Amino acid sequence: MATTRILEWCGRLYIWLLLAFLYLPVIIMALMSFNVSPFYQLPFEWTTEWYASLWQNDQLISATWNSIEIAIISTIISTVLGSAASLALYRYEFRGKKFLQALLFPPIAIPWLITGTAMLIFFFGVGIGRGLFAILLGHVALALPYVIVVVSARLQTFAPELEEAARSLGANQWQVTSRVTLPWIMPGVIAGGLFAFAVSFDQFVVSYFLSTPGQTTLPVEIYAAIRKGFTPEINAVSTIIIVVSMALMLLTARFFKFGGEK
Amino acid sequence: MAGVQVANLSRSFGAHTALDDVSIDFADGGFYALLGPSGSGKTTLLRQIAGFDFPDSGRIAIGGESVERVPVEKRRIGMVFQNYALFPNMSVADNVAFGLSVRGEAKATIQSEVQRALDLVQLGKLGARRPHQLSGGQRQRVALARAIVTKPRVLLLDEPLGALDKALRVDMQIELKRIQREIGITTIFVTHDQEEALTMSDRIGILRDGRLVQEGPPEEIYDRPKSEFAATFLGDANILRGETTGTGIRLPDGTAIAAGAGATLAGGATASCAVRPERIRIGTDSGTSDPNANMLRGQVSKRIFAGNNSTYFVDRNGQTIKVTVQNTGVEKLAEGQKVVLRWSPESTVLIAAS
Repeated sequence: MATTRILEWCGRLYIWLLLAFLYLPVIIMALMSFNVSPFYQLPFEWTTEWYASLWQNDQLISATWNSIEIAIISTIISTVLGSAASLALYRYEFRGKKFLQALLFPPIAIPWLITGTAMLIFFFGVGIGRGLFAILLGHVALALPYVIVVVSARLQTFAPELEEAARSLGANQWQVTSRVTLPWIMPGVIAGGLFAFAVSFDQFVVSYFLSTPGQTTLPVEIYAAIRKGFTPEINAVSTIIIVVSMALMLLTARFFKFGGEK
Repeated sequence: MAGVQVANLSRSFGAHTALDDVSIDFADGGFYALLGPSGSGKTTLLRQIAGFDFPDSGRIAIGGESVERVPVEKRRIGMVFQNYALFPNMSVADNVAFGLSVRGEAKATIQSEVQRALDLVQLGKLGARRPHQLSGGQRQRVALARAIVTKPRVLLLDEPLGALDKALRVDMQIELKRIQREIGITTIFVTHDQEEALTMSDRIGILRDGRLVQEGPPEEIYDRPKSEFAATFLGDANILRGETTGTGIRLPDGTAIAAGAGATLAGGATASCAVRPERIRIGTDSGTSDPNANMLRGQVSKRIFAGNNSTYFVDRNGQTIKVTVQNTGVEKLAEGQKVVLRWSPESTVLIAAS
């Protein structure tokens, strides 16, 4: 009895330590966004001054909107394209399919620094140049392999007889896909979309290479601001983003039950 | 409702010939079993009739209309899959409604048709359930209701009872037969279970290596198999090989075996005789019997008791002959005992060497 209790206690301690490791820096940052001192000085004095001044910081706000817009658009594009590609790879046999599949995965392992440099050179070469559009294209390209990996993994659990059964009942290709296949892979599509969103919204390296002073994303803007000199407004904007994205994640997890129903 | 004609159908996958010149006529309203070991081509044939795959050559007609190039979704067939293939994201009622809904039927029509189909398979109250909340037998019924609700021209079943346990399987055999009679639909079902084929179907087609070995009513195939394979695959059979005398064979040791059924062969060729184990009488006496009966002597090497019957393995010159006798509780023959086997020529089928 005594040993089980100690073990149980150790387990709980472990979980709390793990959560502290994950969340402590974030919590401190959030607290400091409400502290009067811009230099993390204690004692803690409550203020919302930094949130007010954030509201005045047009650069940071426009970068935030850019980030959100690019993340949403690139998520939609890469999720749709990636899911369609996964379905095609699942359904059809064609020449060079294995080769193509093998080629889809190395981009995940290639350092973003190198991909970013390559994109910069390529976009200049073809005349796209830098800017928000270039960033969007870059993010779609980065996210695609993630979506394909996740959706394909989900498709592996799909029973092909389900499509055959639907066809035998008179369903055309579109009806088969929309009413039988898509509902089954939906948890994979959602998970792939979350990956795509995270890849884009977190993206610094590639965005840094492709941004111009006026056209930039939040991570790049934060980096630039820190280089000039740290301001607590960054704590404030980061806190807002953390709260919003955590709320989004929790909602998604609640509605889609990760891994999906059997 | 419609009959199905398959003529000279062939299909190869690479170097493997899955179907080799198969012709069968499935009459309107009949219940057919396609029986064969795995790899015999029975599932390939069913998928060809369904339209999941197209033949290299040959014809398939449903209700007189050529369909060999018509894709499955336009063939108006109903199919029940081995693992039922129910849509997991839909309720039982939505599963059954699927075929009507993709055809764009009116909501009210769909609802009443679905209810009728569910009532037919005795699941009228379970429409709101999800497939994973059902037992194996219930899933089977849902799959059947889903396949017939669209009023298909032909019902195709791919080893439909394979995943059920023995007792449930027997129930479902009766149930399936009842439903098939009730709606009178041409039914073709694939099985490797000979008992299932014998008890359920009006006609059986036996396939082997992509060829149709024999086709006919169960009794006919059982009583007059045309090949050693048909004899041993459908039921149990003793095969005696020798040289044909035209109306029977002569075993290598000179014993004559008279055959009252099967092929008529020219004398001299090698041939075999098939005898069902339950047609042979086994005893210890040597005299007093029908002088026309075939007779062999041997020695009991083993007895297997199976409740209502026993099977004796009788050794004769190195060949084992199986004899099945009803368990009357009277006579038991011991292992090692010398015995006499007798059976009538009418129970003996002459088969040409293949």
